[in-house]
Amino acid sequence: MSQLKNFTKGFIKENPVFVLLLGLCPALGVTTSAFNGLGMGLATTFVLVSSNVVVSLIKSQIPDKVRIPSFIVIIASFVTIVQLVMEAFLPDLFASLGLFIPLIVVNCLVLGRAEAFASKKNLVSSLVDGLGMGLGFAFALTLLGAVRELLGSGAIFGYPFIQGDGMLVFVLAPGAFIGLGYLIALTNLIKKNE
Amino acid sequence: MEYILIIIGAVFVNNIVLAQFLGICPYMGVSSKVSTSVGMSGAVMFVMTLATVVTYLIYHYVLVPFQITYLQTISYILVISSLVQMVEIILKKVSPALFQALGIFLPLITTNCAVLGVAILTVQKEFNLLEGVVFAIANAIGFALAILLFAGIREHLDLMGVPKGMQGAPAALVVAGILALAFMGFAGLV
Amino acid sequence: MVLTLLVITVVASFTLASVYNVTKEPIAAAREAARQNAITMVVPEFDRLESRMFLPLTGRDSLEFNFAYKDDELVGVAVGTYTDQGFSGRIRAMVGFYPDGRIVDVVHLQHAETPGLGDKIEKSKSDWSDQFRDFDPATQVLRVTKDGGNVDAITAATITSRAYCDGIQRAYETFIANVKTPEGGAE
Repeated sequence: MSQLKNFTKGFIKENPVFVLLLGLCPALGVTTSAFNGLGMGLATTFVLVSSNVVVSLIKSQIPDKVRIPSFIVIIASFVTIVQLVMEAFLPDLFASLGLFIPLIVVNCLVLGRAEAFASKKNLVSSLVDGLGMGLGFAFALTLLGAVRELLGSGAIFGYPFIQGDGMLVFVLAPGAFIGLGYLIALTNLIKKNE
Repeated sequence: MEYILIIIGAVFVNNIVLAQFLGICPYMGVSSKVSTSVGMSGAVMFVMTLATVVTYLIYHYVLVPFQITYLQTISYILVISSLVQMVEIILKKVSPALFQALGIFLPLITTNCAVLGVAILTVQKEFNLLEGVVFAIANAIGFALAILLFAGIREHLDLMGVPKGMQGAPAALVVAGILALAFMGFAGLV
Repeated sequence: MVLTLLVITVVASFTLASVYNVTKEPIAAAREAARQNAITMVVPEFDRLESRMFLPLTGRDSLEFNFAYKDDELVGVAVGTYTDQGFSGRIRAMVGFYPDGRIVDVVHLQHAETPGLGDKIEKSKSDWSDQFRDFDPATQVLRVTKDGGNVDAITAATITSRAYCDGIQRAYETFIANVKTPEGGAE
């Protein structure tokens, strides 16, 4: 597989959220606005790339039996780093993402890529895979955030498009489920037409 | 009174799945049949309560005294995954029947963010140990309620003529959205 | 096997400890900046600030009183208050009083209320909290209209509105008990 293909697969063909249905908790939880979605997506990308690189580097040193615990420790370390750095330099974003930052640890996407990809492939492939998957995740979250923000409060990234209050339900919990459901259906449609 | 408020709040008003978006993976993954969702709910209740107690003790008697609360995430996830392993081993020895019922769901729980989420929320909400335990059990009940309702609907959904593009996950998500809408009605309770 | 895991854990802990030490100062600075910013938003212009802690009549944690002086005259008091009656977890807010007990303004410091509903307590999300400007708790009641007070609740977020009133009330009661008579001198 060429590196380019390896990189672009995360956006539509193997999109972590729309196709693989991984990491749905943050995808639903933080996407009340496009900005929050993007912030969460980039934080996850950082964790994904870093843990993929480290796992790929030390994979030969780790005995098979303690593989999963080792991966979890590595991932949790990077998550804590993100948490501390974000609290220091982006306190507003940190406040609105809240609980979902420490929960990157249990995002099945991160552990899944470490286990299924990085523990088998070389450094460059793992790096590209992490970057592609992470940005695909960020893309999905930003898109869902933008849809919910547009329908819910008539704005995208805080810039108002439509006058009025919008459909509040899209900012609330039900809108997250329904919005994601229709975006997945749309992805199915695009994939079939390819 | 305070405990009743915690319970109603966690089960209905702030339902862990439908309002807090925690534990969505098992919610989508094992909810296609009612029987499997019962098993999953039981396993979640068991681990969630145990994990909340253990992480509470670790937070207040290890992390806070040594001023290393920044190790919260890493220590919690280690505790939860080893706890799951231990529960698996003990259950296998002590109660093979229960192990049969819950066995395959236990490994899945390590990556169930609801367990870690409740453990962290217990600290954030500054609960004491007993409140924490009540909170954990109530959240597990909330999880069970949401997943059982959902599984019942999904079994019927399989028999319906759903448009092709909406089959599977999209239809399930829209149903979850409608359920979440219904649960919002409980907001007036507290 | 155990050794490998141990090595990984130790390396991870050391890495985190060093990151923590690097970010400790900026985190404290960011929090301090948010606090300072909130204080300047809720009291009239001042040139000197004095902070003291007071135990409220209700609630277990003490409140931080920031006395703002201009030319050595007390112009306002910014009270960092809290409530545990919010929809999800503690809400913290900064309430500013004129020396006579009227409210200058209120800004939230931290909350976890529902996005789209309860988060309207934020100044950037809605002008709801503007109704507390020039609110006089001596003549008006710090409760939502549904409970017989003078505060309009946020639509569909009565719990949050009630909680916010509770937090402000706590600040006011403590202000009256500790400040107004001896130092305020307005009456």
